[in-house]
Amino acid sequence: MSDHQAQAAVDRVARESYGRLVAYLASRSRDIAAAEDALADAFGLALRHWPKEGLPRTPEAWLLTAARRQLGKSERHARVVRRNEAELTRHIEEALEAMTHGEDGMADERLKLLFVCAHPAIAADAQTPLMLQTVIGLDAARIARAFVVPPATMSQRLVRAKARIRDTGIRFAIPDTPELPARLDAVLQAIYAAFSAGWDALDGDAGGELSDDAIWLGRTLVQLMPQQTEALSLLALMLHCHARRAARRREGAFVPLAAQDTALWDDGLIAEADGLLVMASRGEGFGRFQCEAAIQSVHAARKATGRVDAAALETLYAALVRLAPTIGAQVAAAAACRDEARGLAMLDGVASETISAYQPYHAVRADLLARLGRGAEARHAYEKAAALALDPAVRQFLLARMTQA
Amino acid sequence: MKYMIICVETAEDFAKRNDPVQAGPYWNSWSAYSEAVAKAGIFVSGAGLAPPEMGTTVRMRDGKRLVQDGPYSDAKEQLGGFFVIDVPDLDTALSWAARCPGAAYARVEVRPVLQMGD
Repeated sequence: MSDHQAQAAVDRVARESYGRLVAYLASRSRDIAAAEDALADAFGLALRHWPKEGLPRTPEAWLLTAARRQLGKSERHARVVRRNEAELTRHIEEALEAMTHGEDGMADERLKLLFVCAHPAIAADAQTPLMLQTVIGLDAARIARAFVVPPATMSQRLVRAKARIRDTGIRFAIPDTPELPARLDAVLQAIYAAFSAGWDALDGDAGGELSDDAIWLGRTLVQLMPQQTEALSLLALMLHCHARRAARRREGAFVPLAAQDTALWDDGLIAEADGLLVMASRGEGFGRFQCEAAIQSVHAARKATGRVDAAALETLYAALVRLAPTIGAQVAAAAACRDEARGLAMLDGVASETISAYQPYHAVRADLLARLGRGAEARHAYEKAAALALDPAVRQFLLARMTQA
Repeated sequence: MKYMIICVETAEDFAKRNDPVQAGPYWNSWSAYSEAVAKAGIFVSGAGLAPPEMGTTVRMRDGKRLVQDGPYSDAKEQLGGFFVIDVPDLDTALSWAARCPGAAYARVEVRPVLQMGD
């Protein structure tokens, strides 16, 4: 293991322990900010000391002990004290007690925290950032960079969401059965939003690492809810996409999925993703993420078989449009049509007010028109798509296609 | 925690109270709900309000009292009534709010009641 890898591993344990502790304390006080304040100094110490001195035997106990020692010392703790030091200290004592003498150790409350972060009473644009900050300890500045928002704006958004959780009394609990599917879907969507934010960012960009963080959240959720097929499927979906990271660019140029060199795809991640899909298929029903992961699995099979099962893709995309009739699914289903004229007809059926700024719509339209030999219309659509592309590599790709249409 | 369940209604909703066809179901649904809240042991206080045109607004300006007929705002939706309930958390309060008859035809807001002296 290289120094860098060792450091990353230590960093991860520190963040994982931190997340568990924030969840534990917040689930008892409902005050996420106070829990974070109480642990912040200890967490900072851990990030500095552990890489040099090695992991403590019980990282969470180390953090709690350090947090207890810090209580009442720093200015940050003065804020905590004003809130309710006595209560916080009691919760820390209880956690330490459970860790050392309890049969099951300290309760893992991260699942409850995930549900709180994606609670419908929390602003939609705060849900994903809140998860990243509280469950895996990302700092607000990095989250702000990943979502291309000024740091002050992101901090304010997070502060507001935490105050809302505390002051409105949102319940730290796993939702009851009737509400569970919708609430779980919100958690999955929030994790997927983090992945997408990372995916859209170019490698080396600030947002790029966010895909790793989203996968981490996905793994955490699977670990906490191993029976939930949609949780398994979301992780499978993310891993399938992640497996192709190295093949997305060739010397900086955008490479579309169909033209990617499969030798660059990560076999380990593909196998893991397919394994998760098999597990998901043993559950009941067929959900949106299961469908999306199955689509990616069909693409991934090209590495082994050398071909893409276009009929399977067409069927799966039709199913996806039924399960989740988003503009993205509709456009992707049109792209997967083997009959170009039918694909175009599907695009015509997409609500017109949503398409004007949606780049993939115009790119797919251009592609279908080009395949039908309708050059002038295709060039016009490519031009529109290129104008909407935020990524310069994608823009270059579309302009190159335009000249060939 | 204590929460206020705030029922806001439109003029058409208020009109149901005296409509020969709709008045019966309207009042029945509200009394059934009040009863359920009382039975659950969570009732703190509550009241139905006369329609907004019965409101009278008062302001003090430069020591003078300005009285005006009508409600405090000319919003389309107006406060029709409220319940204050004492339940463990927002999620429980939301479940009670969802059962409130107003939720089915108008909108219901749930707001924590400030705890004084904390």
